[in-house]
Amino acid sequence: MCRRENNDLSGNDVVQSFITGSGSFPTFASLNSQLRILVLSLLPSTISDPKNLGTVLHFIYLSSGEGMGGGIRQLLEQVHRLSRRSLFRVLSMGPLPTHLAFIMDGNRRYAKKRGLEDGSGHKAGFSALMSMLQYCYELGIKYVTVYAFSIDNFRRKPEEVQSLMDLMLEKIKSLLDKESIVHEYGIRVYFIGNLGLLNDQVRAAAEEVMKATAKNSRVVLLVCVAYNSTDEIVQAVKRSCVEKADRDVERIQLVDIEENMQMSVAPEPDILIRSSGETRLSNFLLWQTGNSQLFSPDALWPEIGLRHLVWAILNFQRSHSYLEKKKKQL
Amino acid sequence: MLSLRVPSTSFHPRRFHAGALERRWRLGRDCFLSFSHPRGTRSLGVKSTKSEMAPFTAAEEETLPEGLHPELMPKHVAVIMDGNGRWAKNKGLQPWDGHRAGVEALREIVELCGKWGIQVLTVFAFSTDNWIRPKIEIDFLLNLFERTLKSELETLAKNNVRISIIGDSSKLPKSLLKVINEVEEVTKNNTRLQLIVAVGYSGKYDVLQACRGIAQRVKDGEIEVEEIDEKLIEQELETNCTEFPYPDLLIRTSGELRVSNFLLWQLAYTELFFAQELWPDFGRSGFIEALMSFQQRQRRFGGRKS
Repeated sequence: MCRRENNDLSGNDVVQSFITGSGSFPTFASLNSQLRILVLSLLPSTISDPKNLGTVLHFIYLSSGEGMGGGIRQLLEQVHRLSRRSLFRVLSMGPLPTHLAFIMDGNRRYAKKRGLEDGSGHKAGFSALMSMLQYCYELGIKYVTVYAFSIDNFRRKPEEVQSLMDLMLEKIKSLLDKESIVHEYGIRVYFIGNLGLLNDQVRAAAEEVMKATAKNSRVVLLVCVAYNSTDEIVQAVKRSCVEKADRDVERIQLVDIEENMQMSVAPEPDILIRSSGETRLSNFLLWQTGNSQLFSPDALWPEIGLRHLVWAILNFQRSHSYLEKKKKQL
Repeated sequence: MLSLRVPSTSFHPRRFHAGALERRWRLGRDCFLSFSHPRGTRSLGVKSTKSEMAPFTAAEEETLPEGLHPELMPKHVAVIMDGNGRWAKNKGLQPWDGHRAGVEALREIVELCGKWGIQVLTVFAFSTDNWIRPKIEIDFLLNLFERTLKSELETLAKNNVRISIIGDSSKLPKSLLKVINEVEEVTKNNTRLQLIVAVGYSGKYDVLQACRGIAQRVKDGEIEVEEIDEKLIEQELETNCTEFPYPDLLIRTSGELRVSNFLLWQLAYTELFFAQELWPDFGRSGFIEALMSFQQRQRRFGGRKS
């Protein structure tokens, strides 16, 4: 994520120096034509907040001083972030979903398509996941659930399962880093599933992350590992039977089962997005997606991008008023 | 031999003309399930609207249309028959006309399933959520259901179709319950096609009643809590009336991209197909499209293809 290196500078200072040409900042005249065009295109969006322009100019300064490569990349990231912010402002004019669920399908096919080695599909998938999480939380969606690993996936070849477990261990541990997305957005992380099926290291890392983020409350990330919806329902039924053992079985209601579901920490998903074009649930959130909008873009998971998210949300907004009416009737 | 003719005295070929749908208002004017109406229309010199249907033969099964492979046919197809109300509204008709047209479309699909080797067809007739509809519509729907069951019983029995009804029967009128019991009893030994009709059903309700059944068995000491597993729940669900409780393909018409709490547990690995047409327009071409889409899919059940 972009960060200012010199915290003493305010955006307004930079703008002033830029215009007057004082100090050690480059002036508009000194920029090459591409950067001039870039600055001019940003002016409209910075009218409401000059600090944005200041930040951008600050990076132009950095880029002209430190070499164009890294600086330009940071600059472009900042530009993308600004344009995303305007896009999200437009989207938030309509109703936004509270909870989004993702089935991250297609990593291996992606690796095969690009001619990469086997494990790199999942690594690319992880970066795609981080981008999607960033977009969701920037948009203000409070709950995001992802299907990381199913109980059925244990049936794959042992080497593949082991490499997936190693990748998961590495990424779960990285969530504890100070620069991770968890701290940037104040995410509370839950690991949902039959964690007893995981090896000790992964389970311990998962529990550590859950404990470390327990106090966060802004947004929630639910990661389903070693999860099957039917398994979740079986555990909930078991718990309901034990709870109501001494009472009349007719008293068992839907709420009793729902309370005992691991996913009860979040409301039902509004949208379920499955990548790679397959249209099936694969034993994911069967109980919770009864009324969710199902969306299955053809893109493989590492190819998923902002446009798919925007499209899903626009479709959600289109049918939202009808669904709300139905919910009220119930 | 699959003899699917109706008694010729009551056969009215004009009924199959699309315009006749609007004219059929009164009770007792329901169509008979007839797999042979092209023969009837041809003999009267009227051009059949369904010219692509094969001529009536004594063969048990019709050959599959081009592009469909018999070995890849789904064993169990589930259908959410959505869009009757909208269809009627688009045509400027009353909602009950839409439901009548829906019954016609259902007949066609049942016929195709029987011919193409599909073993189980589950249809979502009435959900627990539908109880909020206006009383007049609910009464009409349940009445229509009762009349259709009564009138079709003989034909279905002859065609070796087994009917099972699933759902919460506590809110259904007594007369309907009586007909349901009779139909289930008469057809229980049929083997060609099992037609499961979900009335007053929802996926969550099914799991709840399974949970109650299991809790009762635990209380009676028949099973231990630790023994509760997926197999046990599967046995307690209402779809235990069939050998193939898990649909291979779920079709929902009218373009809605939701499952609406239909068959929750059973849909774990079901291929979903969302059709744009409204249910009364779905018909044979829509069904073929859905089956072709199904046959092209790669089903991996969490594992790997290679």
